Amino acid sequence: MMETIRVNGSDRPLRSPTLAALLSDMDISGEARFFAVALNGAVVPRACWATTSVRPGDEVEIVRPTRGG
Amino acid sequence: MAVRERQDSVAADPLTIAGRTFRSRLFLGSAGYPNRKIMLDALEAGGTELVTVAVRRVDLEGDGEGIVESLADDYFIVPNTAGCFTAREAVLTAQLAREALGTDWIKLEVIGDRDTLYPDVEQLLAAAAELVGQGFTVLPYCTDDPVTCRKLADLGCAAVMPLGAPIGSGMGLRNPYNLQIIMTQVPVPVIVDAGIGTASDAVLAMELGCDAVLTNSAVARARDPVGMARAMRHAVEAGRLAGAAGRMPRQFFAEATSPTLGMIRA
Repeated sequence: MMETIRVNGSDRPLRSPTLAALLSDMDISGEARFFAVALNGAVVPRACWATTSVRPGDEVEIVRPTRGG
Repeated sequence: MAVRERQDSVAADPLTIAGRTFRSRLFLGSAGYPNRKIMLDALEAGGTELVTVAVRRVDLEGDGEGIVESLADDYFIVPNTAGCFTAREAVLTAQLAREALGTDWIKLEVIGDRDTLYPDVEQLLAAAAELVGQGFTVLPYCTDDPVTCRKLADLGCAAVMPLGAPIGSGMGLRNPYNLQIIMTQVPVPVIVDAGIGTASDAVLAMELGCDAVLTNSAVARARDPVGMARAMRHAVEAGRLAGAAGRMPRQFFAEATSPTLGMIRA
C-alpha cells in the first residue's frame, strides 16, 4: 500500500522526504514570502523546512494570509 | 512593515495600542470587495493604517493570492483567527500567522455559533491567556459584556474589541449602553468590531468614547466601497471630535435659540 501524508486536509502520496521538498513539489519556493507550515499541529519555522522529515501519516498545514475581516 | 504617514485634522490625537501609534482610528478589513483595485482604493480613501487579513490553506483561496504583497508596503497588517471554533485552532492559527507575517499582533476570534458568529467566551479567554503568555499582542473580538472585556484586559490583551452587532449583519450598535460601561471598566483601548453598517454607526461609536472602529463589510459591501470608506474616515473623525467636544444636554421641551426680547408685535 502506498504511504500517504495529509496535506491541508487531503491525502497525498508521500514522495517528498522533507518539508522543503514537499513545498517544492507544491511549487512553493523556500524563499516565497508570507507562507507558514505546521506539522502535526506545531509550526515549523522556515529555517527548519529543509531539515524536517515528513513521515507516513503526518499532517501538514500550509497556509498564507488572504483577504479577511 | 512600513506604514504610510497620515496627516489630517486629528493627527494630534493619536491612538496607541501596545506601544504602536495610529493616527487613524479607522481599522479596515480586506475581505469581500468587488475586486482588488476597489479594495486598495477603499483602503486609501479610508485613511486607515491597520488592515486585517485572514490565514487560510494555500490551495483553497486562489483569489486571495498575493493580497499581502499588495498591502504590506503601505499598511500595518494584523492577521485574524476568523473561523476558529476552539482555543486550540485559534492558537495554532495565530502561531502560523506570526510565522507567515512576522508579526506578534493577532485579532483573536473564537467563534461559538455558526448562525450568529458570536464569540465563545470560554474558548476566547483560554486562547487569549495562552497567546498573551506566548508574547502575542492580542486584540480579542468579544461580546459586549463588561465582565468578559475586563477579564480579557486583566489577562493582558492589548485592547478589547466588543461587537456592535453580529459580524456582517450591519445592524449597528445594538447595545450602546454596554459599550459605555465597558469603557469605564477596562484600562485598554476599546475598539468596536463587527456590526457597523454605515457611517452614522461609526460616528455613534466614536461619540460614545470608543477608541477606534474596525469595519469590513460596511465598506466592502457598500454600493460604492470607495465612497463609503471616505465616509467612514470622516465619520470616525467627526465622532471623535464630537465626543471630545461634548454634546448639549437633551431636554423634552423647546428652548428658543433666537432672542425673545425686541420682537415686533402685530
